[in-house]
Amino acid sequence: MADAAHASAAPVAHQFDDFEQQTIADTFGMWLFLATEVLFFGGLFCGYSLYRNLYFEAFTAGSHLLKINYGAFYTVLLICSSLTMALGVRAAQLRRRTALMVLVSLTWIMGFAFVFVKLRYEWYGDYLEGLVPGLNWAPSRESMEMINHFHAAGPHVALFFIFYFCMTGLHALHMVVGLGLLTTLLIFAKQGKVTGGNYNWVELVGLYWHFVDIVWIFLFPLLYLIGGRYV
Amino acid sequence: MSEHVLPKKLYFMVFLALVVLTAITTGVAFIDLGPFNTVVALVIAVIKGSLVVLFFMHLKYQTGMTRVVILAALLWLAVLIGITMSDVFTRHWTEKGKAWQQSSIISPDSVTRSTVFWLPDRA
Repeated sequence: MADAAHASAAPVAHQFDDFEQQTIADTFGMWLFLATEVLFFGGLFCGYSLYRNLYFEAFTAGSHLLKINYGAFYTVLLICSSLTMALGVRAAQLRRRTALMVLVSLTWIMGFAFVFVKLRYEWYGDYLEGLVPGLNWAPSRESMEMINHFHAAGPHVALFFIFYFCMTGLHALHMVVGLGLLTTLLIFAKQGKVTGGNYNWVELVGLYWHFVDIVWIFLFPLLYLIGGRYV
Repeated sequence: MSEHVLPKKLYFMVFLALVVLTAITTGVAFIDLGPFNTVVALVIAVIKGSLVVLFFMHLKYQTGMTRVVILAALLWLAVLIGITMSDVFTRHWTEKGKAWQQSSIISPDSVTRSTVFWLPDRA
């Protein structure tokens, strides 16, 4: 098998018998890390669920104050980036260096677009509208009408926005880390260390990237949709 | 294992399913289903997450050890959320007046039928 010939040429760390054992161990380690990440985000999801049930009206009102277009845009963007990442892993498995570099670059561009739009437009817009507790909490008359429509208490809506900024903030931080991983991968790929060496690195970065995508898949309905968008 | 090279078509099918499900979940949010809006949104999110884990993350082709890790993560997440919820939302089931209930940051009084739709009212 052609793959086996490549695998034998790939670098194997001294604690492993062969490349396959190293691949299994590396991948398993990444999954273990992701399991801890589930619980890392889990604390925020737990707090969110708790307070959403206690202050249901306020969380519904807060959800209506978010722009659903942004949420849907991010979701589609991340799904596209997951596709290019998955195809990138496939390209690495097939030792196609150019395809790998193009696909990783596309993933990077979409990830960067996510972070850029979120910070520059959505969060900055929230700040201008007075929806950032602690920095600028002064909801406009329109926002107040929405809050009053649901008979919600102002401080409880502020609590929703604290959850919103913490959860999307932690997610955005993971995106930035992912961008760093993709950059490193791109450099190694250019040097031929991936397709000519350890192609499993792409799988590991891919696992992380898909995990961050899954977190957003849950954040999108929880923050933007779950109160329903009908008024 | 990662030696399984999956056909490109599979990735595009999963991608298409994810986009369609995103459109559905966004559309359904504009229809008033009462409490079922939440249920539908979460069920669709779970389906989307499963698709990503199974195909993009190749769980289908991983060793059993990886499955144990994922099950453990989900189990502890369920413990985290389940125990917290069962604590806070059953506090009003017992008589008031015990010190440990009154000193709680979440007063049992704040958990009523109006805030938690599935809880029975205490007469």
